[in-house]
Amino acid sequence: MDNSEKLALGLSGLLLVLFFGAIMYAAVAKDIDVPTCITDMDPFVTDTLFQTGPDSYELQMVARMWAFQPSTVRLPVGSTVDLYVTSQDIIHGFKVEKHNVNLMAIPGAINYMRVTFNEPGEYMYACHEFCGAAHHTMAGRFIIEERLDEPEVDGGAL
Amino acid sequence: MGDYSFRFTKSEKRLVAVLIIIPMVLLFIGVYGGLMQTLFRAGIIQSDPFVGGDYYKGLTFHGVLNAIVFTTFFAVAFGNALIPYSLKKNLNVKVAWTSGILMLVGSVMAAIVILIGEATVLYTFYPPLKAHPLFYIGLTLLVVGSWVASGNWVPMYLQWRKENEGKKTPLAVVGMFTTFIVWFIATLAVAVEILFMLLPWSLGWVDEINVMLARTLFWFFGHPLVYFWLLPAYVMYYVFMPKLAGGKLFSDMAGRLVFMMFIVFSVPVGTHHQYMDPAISSQWKLLHGIFTFAVALPSLITAFTIAASLEYAGKLRGAKGLFGWMWKLPYFKKENWFFAYLITGLIIFIFGGIGGIINASYQMNTVIHNTAWVPGHFHLTVAGPVMLAFLGGSLYLVGQFLNKTIRLKTWAMIAPYIYTIGLLIMSYGLKIGGLMGMPRRTNTGASYANPDSVLYQADWMPYIDLTVIGGSIMFVGIVIYIISFFTTVFSKSNGPEEDAVVTFPISEPLHDEPSTWLRNFKPYIIIAIILIVLSYTPVIYDVLQATYGGSLPYSPDSPVPLR
Repeated sequence: MDNSEKLALGLSGLLLVLFFGAIMYAAVAKDIDVPTCITDMDPFVTDTLFQTGPDSYELQMVARMWAFQPSTVRLPVGSTVDLYVTSQDIIHGFKVEKHNVNLMAIPGAINYMRVTFNEPGEYMYACHEFCGAAHHTMAGRFIIEERLDEPEVDGGAL
Repeated sequence: MGDYSFRFTKSEKRLVAVLIIIPMVLLFIGVYGGLMQTLFRAGIIQSDPFVGGDYYKGLTFHGVLNAIVFTTFFAVAFGNALIPYSLKKNLNVKVAWTSGILMLVGSVMAAIVILIGEATVLYTFYPPLKAHPLFYIGLTLLVVGSWVASGNWVPMYLQWRKENEGKKTPLAVVGMFTTFIVWFIATLAVAVEILFMLLPWSLGWVDEINVMLARTLFWFFGHPLVYFWLLPAYVMYYVFMPKLAGGKLFSDMAGRLVFMMFIVFSVPVGTHHQYMDPAISSQWKLLHGIFTFAVALPSLITAFTIAASLEYAGKLRGAKGLFGWMWKLPYFKKENWFFAYLITGLIIFIFGGIGGIINASYQMNTVIHNTAWVPGHFHLTVAGPVMLAFLGGSLYLVGQFLNKTIRLKTWAMIAPYIYTIGLLIMSYGLKIGGLMGMPRRTNTGASYANPDSVLYQADWMPYIDLTVIGGSIMFVGIVIYIISFFTTVFSKSNGPEEDAVVTFPISEPLHDEPSTWLRNFKPYIIIAIILIVLSYTPVIYDVLQATYGGSLPYSPDSPVPLR
């Protein structure tokens, strides 16, 4: 093997090690991780939002053809949300605009991610996995407000 | 090595021609679907004459016909051509035709159920969306047909090794066997998914299905699938391209090393498609991420080796300086039209490769998973280097196997450049749209791109418009290609078929290392199996113990289960 080829091979390997180092740095030092296996949670079929601390909430969200329950979530600025997502029918996808939240909603499993809303505004969540004829209409939003007396949800289960 | 000709039998020639021409028709139906999708997504049309208003039906046949049917046929036809040629042995035509007929029957079956709207499940066919049983049976026949075809090459190769002890296997043969070893291992998982889960459930023999398990088996297959697409293109880059450029392959050993690395690392990586899935622990996702980085290495080596081969060719043509060779390559020579398909693919693959590393980068996947970025990325791979190499290869094969001169060579030479310009524009639009949050697999024209809808996203529109412009240019490129292809197919042949011989542009190596440790597939297959067991056992365990209940089948048209 030519020396230039060996050099290229070495540099390629080094590049990939560097990239991997960056991933580990983000995971360990910055605590940015991907969803993991959730086993300590009972299956749920209806959505709920409840407060778990001064600025923290737990939201159980149900995706179904073709709506998220709830479809609107109002929370005060600075809220940290423990977000549990499942599906009651087929596979859906859930991604919150401008935030590192991206979850597959799969029947028979519970997915989890924590998210903090530091800026007021509206953040859409659109279904991003094909879920049938009206898939493109399946979306909802977080509304984050400066002053909010009572967190509330719309479009939940009846 | 060097130029030589091989006499194929009439039956072998017919088979290769059939395996190229029929899928080309199916490909064109899929390409038409692709053009319509860009128009649907932008809200320019709400229905088209072929699928009516059903965007997702069009999306299903676009994916299935272009990414699964066309690619599998080409890989089989290419192997049926290159393996006998390289080993100088004829095929067992009975077996070869059996495989071809299985694949044709299966593909047509799947295509029909998709077109009558009984299998709108996209090419990933995730349950609990249910397709007609004939869709699953059709795909199974396609896969089994491809197994039969590759099984047919094994005795030829074993015989050759017996007769040529101590000789290196021709690189083209190493590449084609690598392609089909990866394919065989990968398709075992999807065979389990289809035969033991989807098909009995679709037929109503069992009620419920474990969605996460089916999905995990799909991705066991789904990622090596992309290497199954890519590897025949790599064979063309290593074996044909240096010669077409007027030079030599920089390193023979690099080629062999790259193929063996693909055998080892292609499969234990599938969970990087499931980073955002529940029921799989994050540390196993990370492990699959590490292996994905390992499988990026052979592509980086390829980038160097092929560039070095082209540099050598450019310098033989009188290039001076560090980068002078880049301007001396035969980009726009109509007699050398095949080179155009390979060089455009390589340029596109720079972007495709970078995007792939981003996707594999664990938590970075959060930003792009299932957004329009993803189709933006894979059009730069499967619809870039793979598609272009397969189109160039198809035209070359029909010319050789039907004994015809390529017609409209200028058209054939210019088509990949037009296509590439369109592809880069379209993928840019999809990728930036994806970073803004635009979902993939979504008929945005009916909601997010419709100014009358409450969901309208004005800031996505410039990027959606770019996909229309790019997609239209791609379509023009393909039409130009198809005209050249069928003009060649229907032209008069050069004299009687019996006399015709087949020639491939086989490159000689510049550095021909002995590479004795890369001469046998066996150790690499064993390492691959060990890595697969290590990386998939915990994933399957997690999936089985963290999921509950089963899923009844659904149609895409109703939220009420079918049973």
